[in-house]
Amino acid sequence: MRLRFIFSEIGIGLRRNLSMTISVILVTFVSLTFVGVASLLQTQIGKMKDDWYGKVEVAAYLCPTHSTAPTCAGGEVTPDQEAKIKAALQQPEVAPYIQQIYFESKQQAYASFEKRFKGDFMASLATVDDMQASYRIKLVDPTKYQVVADVLSGVQGVEQVQDQRQLFDRMFLIMDRATLLSGGLAAVMLLAAILLITTTIRLSALSRRRETGIMRLVGASNLFIELPFMLEGAIAATIGAALAVGALWAGVKYLVVDWLGSSVQWIPYVTTADLTRVAPVLVIIGILLATISSVVTLNRYTRV
Amino acid sequence: MIRFENVTKVYARGARPALDRVSLDVERGEFLFLVGASGSGKSTFLRLVLREERASAGRVWVAGKELGTLSSWKVPHMRRRIGAVFQDFRLLPNKTVFENVAFALQVIGKPRHHILTTVPDVLEMVGLAGKEKRRPHELSGGEQQRVAIARAFVNRPDILLADEPTGNLDPTTSLGIMRLLDRINRTGTTVVMATHDDEIVDQMRKRVVELDTGALVRDQSRGVYGSDR
Repeated sequence: MRLRFIFSEIGIGLRRNLSMTISVILVTFVSLTFVGVASLLQTQIGKMKDDWYGKVEVAAYLCPTHSTAPTCAGGEVTPDQEAKIKAALQQPEVAPYIQQIYFESKQQAYASFEKRFKGDFMASLATVDDMQASYRIKLVDPTKYQVVADVLSGVQGVEQVQDQRQLFDRMFLIMDRATLLSGGLAAVMLLAAILLITTTIRLSALSRRRETGIMRLVGASNLFIELPFMLEGAIAATIGAALAVGALWAGVKYLVVDWLGSSVQWIPYVTTADLTRVAPVLVIIGILLATISSVVTLNRYTRV
Repeated sequence: MIRFENVTKVYARGARPALDRVSLDVERGEFLFLVGASGSGKSTFLRLVLREERASAGRVWVAGKELGTLSSWKVPHMRRRIGAVFQDFRLLPNKTVFENVAFALQVIGKPRHHILTTVPDVLEMVGLAGKEKRRPHELSGGEQQRVAIARAFVNRPDILLADEPTGNLDPTTSLGIMRLLDRINRTGTTVVMATHDDEIVDQMRKRVVELDTGALVRDQSRGVYGSDR
């Protein structure tokens, strides 16, 4: 009896304020989509870091024949310098950070260059002597780049120490900024959603003032009076959250997995499985949004 | 049943009190007329009994409970023991007579079978049998007030408060309403009725309490409307 009565009240309320209900649904939909995008972007960054940081190396490029770097004053790197560099990397203070070192000679560099740019006219002009020998250093913890850089900088025969991670970090920075942007938009939209839900519930409460007045008079409990309004907001917000999850699912499935995944294959992408982790959070945020704003509003408008 | 002890109610700081040190006892099963000019404090009295307002000073007991110390979540339960009717009926226009009365039971969580048996009984008692499916606008004023009384009485309250229930009705219809209230009173329900209607008060010969600018100026058993008569 009670439940059936409450549900019929909710139905009446939702239909009476149909346009407001729809706007609540849309605003929660958009705001939660932004929240979801922000969270998926972070997941994407995490995935790429996991995948790529395992592969990145620090490259210590050795001096080629013509170099303007001060450490290359003696021209091309000598075997003696090479040995010194290797010894520097094997010092006990540095060694624990290093997983593996291997040497790439000019010939090896030329071979991999040729392989990469096969058939390219400009590439066919390059010779072995245009290449640069290097030490490739794989670190135990890729973030400890600075340790190696400190040891090798200023050493004769080393032209430049390059952390490959920097190349990715620029990309991650872009993605972090994008996360910030969509997070900011999400915050603004969530605020709009709260205000809209508040207004909707207030209108709904005002339009049913007569009913709630009688309910109070005959001794209906506060919860019983307020529950239909709260559920109204919660239902609208849940529908909005469901739409947001649907939109994100479609985005991940068709845009990321199917389209990006087939055209740029070397990136580990977020999948719809990651979305199943985000989805419940979005629904909970939606429900919390509606509940909090309705409790605040109702305390003011249907008080005993 | 209702006990006021030196009750003062001030709405706005510094304003003249709406009720000024009123002390009053209403026994179970009593019928009491509350008379006085507009603004004399009759409505404030009723609002205090319903705990729509709290006393600024003094204490109010209703059905054994001291309302000043009653926590607000217990107020709904206290109100279930009080029925209230008003001059403007306060019916829901989009509900039928039956639904209007049933509403009072639905919202306090009464089971369906209870509603289906109780509502027809009370509608018969107030003389509206056969009009269950009408809507308020299809009824006369007197009939609408009967619906309101049925709604107030359907949960068998200990106390029935009536704020000028005949204020919008002609004398003949008013008389019918008074007969109904008298019948309800005979079932053991305490009735407190605020009114301007001197004819009714004079005819009924019940206890009369007169308020004047918030002060209790007369408390007379089997009294009349005007003290000078």
